[in-house]
Amino acid sequence: MFNEILAVWSNHAGISAAIWLTILVFVAYLGRGPAHALIRSTGQAMYVACRLFAASLKRLENGLHRRNKEVVLALGQEAAERIIEREFHRVNAVVTRDLSGYPALHRQISDTIDRIEEDYQAATDAPPLPPAWLEAVDSIASIPRTGDATVCSILDNIGKTLESAHQETQKAYRESTLERHKLLGAMQPQWRELGHSLARVKKTIDGLEERSEEIDRQMQSYEAIRNGEDSAARTLASSSLTQFFISTLVLIIAVFGGLINFQLIALPMSEMVGGASYIGPMKTSDIAALVIIMVEIAMGLFLMESLRITNLFPVIGSMDDKMRKRMVVITFAILAILATVEASLAYMRDLLAMDREALTQSLAGGTVVQASFRWIPSLGQMILGFILPFALAFVAIPLESFIHSMRTVLGIIGLAMVRAIAFTARLTGGSARQLSKMLINLYDLFIMLPLGIERLISNGIKRRKDDKSLTDYEEVYVEEKS
Amino acid sequence: MKKLILASLILFGLTACSDPRSNARAVYLLLDTSGTYTQEMDKAQKIINYLLGTLDSGDSIAIARIDSGSFSEKDIIVRATFDDRPSTANQQKRLFKDKIDVFVKDTKRGSSHTDITGGILQASEFLHETGAGEKYVLIFSDLEEDLQKGHIRDFPISLPDIHVVALNVTKLRSDNIDPRDYLERLDLWEQRVYEAGGSWDVINDLERMDRLIAQR
Repeated sequence: MFNEILAVWSNHAGISAAIWLTILVFVAYLGRGPAHALIRSTGQAMYVACRLFAASLKRLENGLHRRNKEVVLALGQEAAERIIEREFHRVNAVVTRDLSGYPALHRQISDTIDRIEEDYQAATDAPPLPPAWLEAVDSIASIPRTGDATVCSILDNIGKTLESAHQETQKAYRESTLERHKLLGAMQPQWRELGHSLARVKKTIDGLEERSEEIDRQMQSYEAIRNGEDSAARTLASSSLTQFFISTLVLIIAVFGGLINFQLIALPMSEMVGGASYIGPMKTSDIAALVIIMVEIAMGLFLMESLRITNLFPVIGSMDDKMRKRMVVITFAILAILATVEASLAYMRDLLAMDREALTQSLAGGTVVQASFRWIPSLGQMILGFILPFALAFVAIPLESFIHSMRTVLGIIGLAMVRAIAFTARLTGGSARQLSKMLINLYDLFIMLPLGIERLISNGIKRRKDDKSLTDYEEVYVEEKS
Repeated sequence: MKKLILASLILFGLTACSDPRSNARAVYLLLDTSGTYTQEMDKAQKIINYLLGTLDSGDSIAIARIDSGSFSEKDIIVRATFDDRPSTANQQKRLFKDKIDVFVKDTKRGSSHTDITGGILQASEFLHETGAGEKYVLIFSDLEEDLQKGHIRDFPISLPDIHVVALNVTKLRSDNIDPRDYLERLDLWEQRVYEAGGSWDVINDLERMDRLIAQR
């Protein structure tokens, strides 16, 4: 078809192509004005459309940004409220536990101080006074012996009496000092008790001070969130991203744990529900094993909810304490039963594996060999089967973090996508406008030959007109001058 | 109420999808007991052991001999459909192996004729009755048919969705003189199987048995 059209003018392809090219150039030259207008308007239309699209995306971006900020702040506010509430609960617990006993402690301290004071009073050092007649006797006893034996004897007796009076006084003083020491010794445990009581009070007060500092910090953050500050929103978004990645990592670990659990119970489940039936492309036994694992995870979720560790189901969280405790017991019991079932299934799996191994050996023509220490993997599988359900129960915690942080992450991704599309639209619009200009120039390049001729002709006409007008002007000038 | 109906419909749909047979496999092994093939029984035993190790709960297997008139139930040596429970299936496999061991031990004299077509017809009948999703006919023979006088087998056979595999196709003395006989024999059976709606394969190297049936 193309060759036929090409050969319309001449059998020689080159000549024919040249004629076609001339015709095309001529036609393009004739349609230059409308073609330029068409290219320009198309470029402009695309530019305007893209700019409009980008502007609408910008509005959408702003809306999304606002919405994301609101969501982040709302989540942050909720978290801050929860933390502050928890801190107040702790303060309340400290006050109830420690400071409620403060009056008793105060009384105990006062009693101790009174006792110490009494003992102190009792332990006051009062030296015994010598008898009033002792000085008179001392004067008489110190009279010099003048030779009379009777007088000397009387004086010696007086001296002895004086000495014995001294000794009695000293003895009484020693006894009173001993008594005082005893009293002072009895005061020591009371001082220690007083010291301990004061240390207890200090510890409580310090704890309260730490809590109040934490509450202050949280309150500042809460106020920033309430005021809708950008810095608070950025901090919360960053925290959400961290939470998202950590929870994703933990969930991936949980998925691997689930897979191991599945491998443990899938084979023995075929003993229970049959190994030949299928639901869709999957074995019924595999689905049954998956259902058991899912039920375990669900029970774990309910258990964590009932313990108020997570807050995914407000209905469970808002239950009265009695009902909630019942739910804790029920879910834990179901979890324990499922764990026991899994442990027995894991043991059964080991038996089946041994049976299959024995069959394979006999089919291969070998003798069946019993491996030593075969009980170790059996026991290991049973323990794994029992522990994994409880481990999977804790999936509720990262799952909650994942769900909460996912909203923020999705918002950020959506925002980035809208920004990228808006940028692409702006780029496309600008490119279309530049392309239309380039096409116009290219068009002119294609028809440069007739355009050149046109320019030559128009220049010639213009020159002639200019010459003529100059001649006319000169003639008029000459006439006016003459 | 709407949710209940929806849940019931989903459950019904899932139950409807549950077809224990559609995923099952059925294998029918034809053992040539004519002439010198009785000496090849140890190889046949290995194939059977491989099949027993590969097949699972719900799968079916039958071992039959090719003799002078193979289109007969009497030619089926052992057959079994393995129980849903793996432990019971393992027991069945042990019993199956014991029966095959006895058969191999007792087979000393070959039949005078070789009715392969009759055996394939019998296999087709058995496989369709099992209702399995994957159907295999394994022919342990040199594929040289030698019919008894009066037996009619030159009519089109029907093997829809059946995978026919020729195992250990030994070369006859005449094949060594003119190998075209051997190739023609294989081509003839291949053409016959394709015309019957089945698929065809040849495995002479028994070390490549894993090509036979994929292990699940």
